[in-house]
Amino acid sequence: MQRELLTGNGAAAWGARLARIEYLPAFPITPQTEIIENLSQWIDGGEMDCRMVTMDSEHSMITAAGAAAVTGVRTCTATSSQGLLHGMEMLYTVAGWRAPFVLINVSRGLAAPITLEPDHNDILAARDSSCVQLHCSTCQEVVDHMLIAFRLAESEGVRLPVIVNLDGFYLSFTREVVQLPDSRTADAFLPPYPSDFSLRFRPHEPVSAGVAVLGGSTYSYFRYQAHLASLHALPQYEKICLDFADLFGRQYGPLEEYQNKDAEYVFIMIGSYATKAKQAVDSLREAGWKIGLVRPRILRPYPEAHLCKALQGKKGVAVIDQNISMGKGGILYTELRSALYGHPDAPLLASFIGGLGGRDIKEEEFFEMASVLKQASADGTPPPPRLLYTEEEMREMRALQTIAGAIPVAQGDSR
Amino acid sequence: MKSTTDFHSKRDLPQKHILGTGTPMCPGCGGLAALHEIYDIMGEKTVFVNAAGCMTLLSVYPFTPFRGAWLYTAMASAPAGAQGVRDALDILKVKGAIKEEDDLEVIVLTGDGSAYGMGISATSGAIDRDLDFIYLCYDNEGYGNTGHQYSAATPHGVKTATSKGSRGYPGFKKDLFSIWAAHKPAYVATIIAAEPLDLAQKIAKASSLSGPRLLLALAPCPTGWSFDPSLSIEIGKKAVQTGVWPLKEYVDGKVVHTKIPKKRLPVEEYLKLQGRYDHLFHPHRDTKTLQEIQDRIDAYWHKVTYS
Repeated sequence: MQRELLTGNGAAAWGARLARIEYLPAFPITPQTEIIENLSQWIDGGEMDCRMVTMDSEHSMITAAGAAAVTGVRTCTATSSQGLLHGMEMLYTVAGWRAPFVLINVSRGLAAPITLEPDHNDILAARDSSCVQLHCSTCQEVVDHMLIAFRLAESEGVRLPVIVNLDGFYLSFTREVVQLPDSRTADAFLPPYPSDFSLRFRPHEPVSAGVAVLGGSTYSYFRYQAHLASLHALPQYEKICLDFADLFGRQYGPLEEYQNKDAEYVFIMIGSYATKAKQAVDSLREAGWKIGLVRPRILRPYPEAHLCKALQGKKGVAVIDQNISMGKGGILYTELRSALYGHPDAPLLASFIGGLGGRDIKEEEFFEMASVLKQASADGTPPPPRLLYTEEEMREMRALQTIAGAIPVAQGDSR
Repeated sequence: MKSTTDFHSKRDLPQKHILGTGTPMCPGCGGLAALHEIYDIMGEKTVFVNAAGCMTLLSVYPFTPFRGAWLYTAMASAPAGAQGVRDALDILKVKGAIKEEDDLEVIVLTGDGSAYGMGISATSGAIDRDLDFIYLCYDNEGYGNTGHQYSAATPHGVKTATSKGSRGYPGFKKDLFSIWAAHKPAYVATIIAAEPLDLAQKIAKASSLSGPRLLLALAPCPTGWSFDPSLSIEIGKKAVQTGVWPLKEYVDGKVVHTKIPKKRLPVEEYLKLQGRYDHLFHPHRDTKTLQEIQDRIDAYWHKVTYS
């Protein structure tokens, strides 16, 4: 096992390389591009036996990925943000083909307004596509989850696309020390692409894939099959994580629980910003708080039983959503609320929206959220949902709006 | 080296169809007729990659008329599906996972709605990448499957579900043949089921080549064009005889017309058989529009003859 200093994108590329991907349909988009650049250099240099093809769009890219996977080769692809949305029609389609491949999504906020920086509205837009979603927080987790993702996608009874998600910029371009799995152990963990798939194209055993259906019964049957396959991916993920731990010594599972055992209060987050929450937990613990962090690594299938168990008996839980469902609010909050509904020992929930478009979440803001949570738990009244946004930011925003002409220049202002 | 079958006369044409019957295509479908003729020659060692259109209904669970494989993709990305299948088959061949003789010809099957519009980016990309595939567009000059609204393939003056006014569709049919040829692919041809020998010769030529090979089949459409299904072949023949549908091919950088009508019939002979042109004849004869249509055809053939 070799120690390397890698970016999140570098780790994703290494994961694909160690998985011995055979096919890489690609399309550049910030902040994902570094992944396909790394892979193309290795392919050109003869270090990887893989065919790469740059498509005309992400829509085409996901089509080609699904088509190659059902024809019988291990396939990987990568995108971000607008690209994921541009390919969304095909994401649903190839999941319906039950095409087992891995899509790396490097999260980035969605237009409009257009931005390059991260939040999770892109990946959460793919929530209902039947694709499995794995959310990474560190570069180590990225490289390891690439191998886990292929095992999971190709598992009997799953056979769905798996999306490995990492945050743009904060993780994609941050260098961390990574224990790189050696290729022999990686091969032992991830056998070659199964050749017994029923969906493949050979003469004398022709198949039709993605065919039309008439009537709701047939449609319902196949759609529910995909749902069951997704549900099956949860125990399968746990099993694969155990295998992974046996070979590599690193433990993973549906949730990362940090200082959660004796915690009375809990932060819930996904992705790289959760490392900020961890730091806040350490500081708060020093100040005498019993507080922890629970971070789902898998969001589809939803680890409902795991979350209920991890949060049972807690006084209060602050859900920090780096996304916003317009007209409803935070998606993680909404889903957790539905998971806990009716549970006798359910904690009080508080909803915070923060980190949109790469906005930082400062340690003091974690302290503030903890205070709000504690007060609300004492009162027994959930606080109204809150956007993390400071007065200073608001003043800066007003200044920008003045320049843009949206706000008249105040009288006496010399500009 | 791909095999070539020679078709010198109609006697050389396949004697029976191998595509199954009982499909939900309309009676007299000019697209299905072309597909029959093509499939008879291409055979079952094929995988059809389909874009949303009328022919998506050929394979409805659990039935298919094809003896080979089928993959339905979406409206915009059938050539990308062909790319994934072709590349995967090539990878498997190189690795020895499939034998050379078990290889398949990858054929995109698409209507004009996709080919002339939404699918053009994916098609252009596949040609850029020199993808080894056949692309077959059945062109019925409108969004047929949704009730025949006008598309970028609809000719000038035609009445469709979205151009019902007295002047019909105000736009002009896009020259997709030239757009494809501008990419310099291995092969481009126009075909029509009503001229089976010309069609067979072109399919044979396409089969013998590698790289992107694009076929544009005019597909007389009884429901969309409003004519009796029994007239489908006659209308196809008239399309060629009046010069409305030039049969041609692009190969080695040159466009060659494969069947030049010796004495072109007046275009009215073609138009008057179809309800979609009724408004040009009833209640009053629209001499101006009819002349415009004729002039445009004459100008095309003048250029063919004198350039």
